Amino acid sequence: MATFKNPHNYGKIKNADGIGKVGNIVCGDVMWLYIKVGKNKQGEEIIKDIKFETFGCVAAISTSSIITDLVKGKTIKDALKITKDNVIESLGGLPKIKYHCSVLAVDALIEAIYDYFKKSKKPIPSDLQKKHEIIQKSKDIIEKRYEKWAK
Amino acid sequence: MKKIYLDYAATTPVDKRVEKAMEPFLSEKFGNTMSLHSFGQEAKLALENSRQVFADIINAKSNEIIFTSSATESNNLALKGVASASRKAASAKAPASQGHIIISSIEHPCIAESAKWLKRQGFEITKLPVDKYGLVNPKDVKNAITSKTILVSVMHASNEIGTIEPIAEIGKICKGKGIYFHTDASQSFGKITIDVKKMNIDLLTASSHKIYGPKGAGLLYIRSGVKIDPILHGGGQENGLRGSTVNVPAIVGFAKAVEICQKEMAREGARLSKLRDKLIKSVLKIKGSHLNGHPKVRLANNASFWFEFVEGESLIMRLDLEGIACSTGSACSSFKLEPSEVLLATGLKPQEAHGSLRVSLGRFTTEKEIDKLIKVLPGIVKKIREMSPYGKEN
Repeated sequence: MATFKNPHNYGKIKNADGIGKVGNIVCGDVMWLYIKVGKNKQGEEIIKDIKFETFGCVAAISTSSIITDLVKGKTIKDALKITKDNVIESLGGLPKIKYHCSVLAVDALIEAIYDYFKKSKKPIPSDLQKKHEIIQKSKDIIEKRYEKWAK
Repeated sequence: MKKIYLDYAATTPVDKRVEKAMEPFLSEKFGNTMSLHSFGQEAKLALENSRQVFADIINAKSNEIIFTSSATESNNLALKGVASASRKAASAKAPASQGHIIISSIEHPCIAESAKWLKRQGFEITKLPVDKYGLVNPKDVKNAITSKTILVSVMHASNEIGTIEPIAEIGKICKGKGIYFHTDASQSFGKITIDVKKMNIDLLTASSHKIYGPKGAGLLYIRSGVKIDPILHGGGQENGLRGSTVNVPAIVGFAKAVEICQKEMAREGARLSKLRDKLIKSVLKIKGSHLNGHPKVRLANNASFWFEFVEGESLIMRLDLEGIACSTGSACSSFKLEPSEVLLATGLKPQEAHGSLRVSLGRFTTEKEIDKLIKVLPGIVKKIREMSPYGKEN
């Protein structure tokens, strides 16, 4: 609830390195994550900045905000390890019917990182590619629905 | 922060006058209406006096009023009871024949789900469409009626969008065809004058907790002559149509509640319409806002909107943080993810139906409260849109 009242990191990142756009078919929520990638002292790639834009319910906005807090400053390798359970745990729990919101947040992150790999022409790990394809399927359906608005 | 309740369509607080009327029936006059001794007689008298109150108000006979525990139960009894009785009659004549039931596409779930269940039992169900205001066209009722039709059920006024249906016209059509007409008047009872004779209503549902009575009481008016079976079998209470020890305190409260509503109806209706219209006028000034339901033919206490690029639940929760309690008929409520069937039936797209807000006013609503809502709503809508990937003003 506190997260919903004062969500962190909402807005856009201009010239983001990666953008993840995902949606849930059933409830119609849409979440966009923007990431900016940098390097840490060890030379590993990290998520330097992250912002979200979300059309959705309380849980969707809260999970969006939480995932930005969770991954900010993390290496991409670690960011990809974040699961929906991490999101739920950090929120202090979610009602069962809202679990899909945490999935949405994780999916958005995966998509943003995938987008970054693609844009910077880096080799895409096979499991990331697989996850991306699954997410993409449901996204197509959602995008069609929102076509009119997105214009 | 003083809390503001604007969800009277969901439920209402019990009026103090109702509370007072109920009190003696809790520990003092607690008898079972079926008992022969004086305790029982005392309770029975209170029950029958209450029954007469309702009969007088809707122009019925007292033995045509059956008390139940809720509008949901009344609606279940109306549909399943009539269906069951018709099956008996039908099977005597033609064994395989199952009846046909017509409902509207904006009914409360207790009608829609009962119909769905009957469909699984072999009954044929037709759901009538509504126009963009949520109105059922009486012509559609006429056209949907077949030789197998046993019952038409169309609500009096929509709980979600407030539209008042042309039930007198529908009643007339049903009467002409010799088909039972049921109406769920949960939202209109005590707010609009109902005359079951003039409106040709065969069965009518009403609820106590929507009109400042206690929860746990409802009624079904059943015109004498209507063939109906009980769904709660038991000790023969309520003319054998509803087994269960009668909830006398709640029914006494329900009767007191309707008496008050009836007395204050004209004045209260005028007061609430004025507040409602002020609210609608102000809210529609917000960019990308729309009214749900009919602009004129609507309940005096209902204002329903949808906002472009806004998700209803976020709106409700942000209003709640401001101390204002409203509701959304929309998805992503705690129990359902899909958008409101009612709003979809009026032609809204799923993403549009997601952005709905229902404000329902009542006896204790003041102009100051409406002004507060008018003041905070634009900022909340703006904030939600800022967080959304769509609908930025740029």
